Amino acid sequence: MKTIHSDLTKDKLLDIYHKEQDAIRGNATPMVNRIRQHAFSRFSLNGFPTTKQESWRFTDLTPLLNTEFAFDFTNKSRNVDIERIFTCEVQDLDTYSITLLNGWFVYQNAPLTQLANGTIIGSLAKAMEVYPEIVDEYIGKAVKTEQYEMAALNTAFFQDGLFIYVPDGVVMEKPVQLINIVNAEQPLFLQPRHLVIAGNGSSLKLVHCDHSLTHNVSFTNTVMELYADEQSSVDHYKIQNKGRNSALVTNNFFYQKKGSMIQSNIITLNGGFTKNMLDVSIDGTNCRSEHYGLYLADSNQHVDNLVNIDHMRECSTSNQLYKGLLDDQAKAVFSGKVLVRRHAQQTQAFQNNKNILLTDDARANTQPHLEIYADDVKCSHGATVGQLDPEAMFYLRSRGLCERSARQMMMIAFASEIVDKITIDALNNRIGNMVEKRLKGELSICEQCVLHCNSKEPTSFNIDLSKL
Amino acid sequence: MLTIKDLTVSINKKQIIKGLNLEVKEGEVHAIMGPNGSGKSTLASVIAGRELFDVDHGEITYMGRDIFELSAETRAREGIFLGFQYPVEIPGVTITNFMRTAINEKRKYLSLDPLTIAEFMELMEEKKKMVDIHSKLTDRSVNEGFSGGEKKKNEIFQMAMLEPRLAILDETDSGLDIDALKVVAHGVNKLRRKDNATIVITHYQRLLDYIVPDYVHVLYDGRIIKSGGKELALHLEEKGYDWVKKATVSTNP
Repeated sequence: MKTIHSDLTKDKLLDIYHKEQDAIRGNATPMVNRIRQHAFSRFSLNGFPTTKQESWRFTDLTPLLNTEFAFDFTNKSRNVDIERIFTCEVQDLDTYSITLLNGWFVYQNAPLTQLANGTIIGSLAKAMEVYPEIVDEYIGKAVKTEQYEMAALNTAFFQDGLFIYVPDGVVMEKPVQLINIVNAEQPLFLQPRHLVIAGNGSSLKLVHCDHSLTHNVSFTNTVMELYADEQSSVDHYKIQNKGRNSALVTNNFFYQKKGSMIQSNIITLNGGFTKNMLDVSIDGTNCRSEHYGLYLADSNQHVDNLVNIDHMRECSTSNQLYKGLLDDQAKAVFSGKVLVRRHAQQTQAFQNNKNILLTDDARANTQPHLEIYADDVKCSHGATVGQLDPEAMFYLRSRGLCERSARQMMMIAFASEIVDKITIDALNNRIGNMVEKRLKGELSICEQCVLHCNSKEPTSFNIDLSKL
Repeated sequence: MLTIKDLTVSINKKQIIKGLNLEVKEGEVHAIMGPNGSGKSTLASVIAGRELFDVDHGEITYMGRDIFELSAETRAREGIFLGFQYPVEIPGVTITNFMRTAINEKRKYLSLDPLTIAEFMELMEEKKKMVDIHSKLTDRSVNEGFSGGEKKKNEIFQMAMLEPRLAILDETDSGLDIDALKVVAHGVNKLRRKDNATIVITHYQRLLDYIVPDYVHVLYDGRIIKSGGKELALHLEEKGYDWVKKATVSTNP
């Protein structure tokens, strides 16, 4: 494990890259390492994003990098008995479950599984060895390292993550669930990489949960690449429930071909610092692209969502709805951009961001943005920042609800519009429940953790994962 | 039950109610009529506890208690109900969930056990029948996308659920066709008991054909300028408000 002393700067990362090159390049395919090298050059040119850039204007990474981070270029997690440290709380959620611990695939002798229907699910590091032709065909294609510095950084350093390949025509009945756990004594800097390929006419539901099991400082910078081939359908749910000392940057690149449908839903329940970037290239006609987000932030939490949708061809529809509830001194940023290219006639694109500030100190910066070069389109955008409707508050109170219940009821209602978009019933119920608990101040990240620091009867816990 | 003495209310320093007196006893139905802007809705809101208004002077006692010492929700739990002129749409809150919370918070306040889901559902079915609400309405978000008639029926349904001691119906008849009006009035009449009272605020006499008041008051420019029996409403319908205005002016030179 490599520890960086004092702040993490561009120069220090360059230094690590050179010194650890063998470990970093590892068993990756030559193609992957070429992409890596290219991204590394990008990063050495641009460095970390700064607040001088439009897309980072309200989100400053500098204070988060002011930590002695450790990097881990070898897999120490592969044989951990994950069920001993983490059990997913979502009842009745029958999934193919995959766990990453500190950025590494936990696989118990099965780094890659091929299901009877041909679907491959497993570790990306392993997939690069076993299926180099599939990985090489897709990896990095939709990732715009010129535009996204953090994606360039991830591309330069990534080691492992989730790999899913759903062959043409295969309908995955069971969702795939990725659980991303951070649990370390030392502050870790992690860069997991996920590659998801949905073949022609296939269908996939992916649930992606980000958890932390400790209150330690960590920085996760992840890239997810999702390719939706013709007529395929992918639902992607992200549940983020992280500790207050965690920083999470997600770079999500979706690539859609003709007639494909993607629905994404990012639910940020907790986290110290969260920045989600979603970049969708709609490179086909008659696609549907629906993107929903819900962020609940309090204390000094910071949540930033950036969505870029590129309508490259005609007759597709995109829809964005992001909603946030901000309490205490929490801060939220939303920037959404829809680009409709000249040939993308008959595009329908809608974008909306709604924020409710529960205190005078909470803040929301929202920048919806449309850039349209076609003349036969139907587009709209809107953004609101406001308080809970006082008329509705009075209406509820006039029926006997106390102010607290009335507020909670309205907040839950506000959030439910996003939660209700989840098409997996068990998950929908559970997330609804978690949102409710969160809004009542009853949900903490501890709820999922076997350490139960807050409970009266401590659970014994003998594995020190950092020493594995 | 309700006594209002010399009430003066303003909003943004503009006086709306200018010295109003009213006494409502158990078992009575009072109608308050008056032209637009006379202060009818303000009066209803002040009784229900809306904080938008400044009470400059006067007192309101309800069941012997100073009403201004009670929050809006306490007034509701003590049995005051306001049927809104413009019921608010609350997307995402289902009527079922809303009513269940309201009833159980009231029961908690009265030191009663909460209703079980089964008990609640049974109560709801009974009340739905009473106000002729079709079953799916209660699964929908409160007032969202409701027609004018559905909104008002929903108010009466909530009233039936909460069984208030003092119900104030603010222009419940506005925007209703005759069939909806009959349903609403029928609901109100069914809920009448010896120990509760109703204040019906209306613009038109029409509603009073169906909800027959014991007393009719004419509110004009923040004051009750005339009170009488149910026949007063008919006179008003016939002769218009100018008649009362003139009559009042001539008797109070």
